[in-house]
Amino acid sequence: MMFSAVVRLSASGIRSLARAGPSYTAPLASRCYSHAKAETDEEFDARWVTYFSKPDIDAWELKKGMNTLIGYDLVPEPKILDSALRACRRLNDLASAIRILEAVKDKSGPHKEIYPYLIQELKPTLQELGISTPEELGIDQI
Amino acid sequence: MLISKAPDLTYSRAYINGPCLTHPKARRQLVENDSRQFYIYPTKMLTSRALIRGLQSSLWRSVCSTSALQGSHSKVVDVIDCSVPQYNNRLDTPLPDRPFVKHDQLSAEQKKLKEKEKASWKSLSKEEQLALYRMTFELTYPEMRKGSDEWKTVLGGVFFFMGFTGLLVWWQRVYVFGDVPHTLSDEWVEKQTQRMIDMRINPVNGFASQWDYEKKQWK
Repeated sequence: MMFSAVVRLSASGIRSLARAGPSYTAPLASRCYSHAKAETDEEFDARWVTYFSKPDIDAWELKKGMNTLIGYDLVPEPKILDSALRACRRLNDLASAIRILEAVKDKSGPHKEIYPYLIQELKPTLQELGISTPEELGIDQI
Repeated sequence: MLISKAPDLTYSRAYINGPCLTHPKARRQLVENDSRQFYIYPTKMLTSRALIRGLQSSLWRSVCSTSALQGSHSKVVDVIDCSVPQYNNRLDTPLPDRPFVKHDQLSAEQKKLKEKEKASWKSLSKEEQLALYRMTFELTYPEMRKGSDEWKTVLGGVFFFMGFTGLLVWWQRVYVFGDVPHTLSDEWVEKQTQRMIDMRINPVNGFASQWDYEKKQWK
C-alpha cells in the first residue's frame, strides 16, 4: 500500500514540482524605506539651538524642550546645551541650569568620556554665566 | 430600600444614567440617594439586608474618604490635588512641572535668594547655588539612582516566614499525623519486592528487567 503511494508521488509529484517556475527573489538593492527626506544631524542641532534661543522663551517652553530633548536617544551637542543654559539665564533659573548638566551626564550612561567633553566645551559659557557644575557643588556624589 | 453612603463591599454597584441592564440574574433595586440612582446587584454572597445596613452605618463610613460621600464626616486622608502640576523625581524628566518648594511656600530668606538670582550668578556663593538647587529639586540625579536595601528586608522576611512554616509542619508531623501504614515497613517491603520479582513486573524495561534471574541479584 505504502509503496504504491510512493510510486504515485514519484511519477507525477516530482514532475509537477519540476514544472513550477523559478521562485521570486527580491533584488538586494531595493529596500522599503520611506521616501521622505531624513533630517541631518546639523539640521537637528540647528532646530534645537533655535528653539532655546528664543529671546522671550518662557519657563514652560524651557521645561518642555529639555524634557523632550532628554527623551531622545542621544546626548545633545554642546551648542544646544549652551543655548539652553542661556535660556535658563534669561529666565533667572540657576537650578535648572545645574539640572541640565546633571541630566546630560546621566544621559551619557556608560560612556564616561562624553560628559567631560561637554563640560570642556561649555567651560567658557559656564564661566561667563557663573554656573557651577554639579561636581563643584558636590552633588555628583551622594 | 437600602440607602448607602459608604462604599459597599457586599454588593457590586453600577452607577448608571441610562436604561436597563442586561445582567441575567440581577435583582435590580432602584435606590434614590442624593438624586443619583444606583442599580444594586447581589453577589453570590447572601447577606441579610439588616447586616449590611448595620455595617454601613457603623464601620464603613470611616473608611470612605471622598468628599462626595462623606457628608459631615471630617477625617480626610492626605489628598493630592491632581488638577494642578505635580512635582516628580524622574531621571527622564530633568525639569518637572513645578519647583519642589512652591513659590508661595518660600521662607523670607529663600525669597531674598530668589531675588539675588536675578542678578549675576557670579555673585552667588556655592552654598547659595546649592540652596537654590534644593529649593527647586528634591533629589539630585545620584540620589534618584541610589537604590535601597529594602530587598534584604524582603528576603529576610520571606526566609523567616518559611522557617516558621517549617516549624509548624514539623509540629504537625509529630503531634497530628498518626503512624505510617504497616505496608511501608522494611519487612513488608522485602516480601513485596520478592513477590514483584516472582510475578515479573515490567520485565521488558521496568522493575523485573533490573533483576538478574540467573545470579539472583540486581543487575
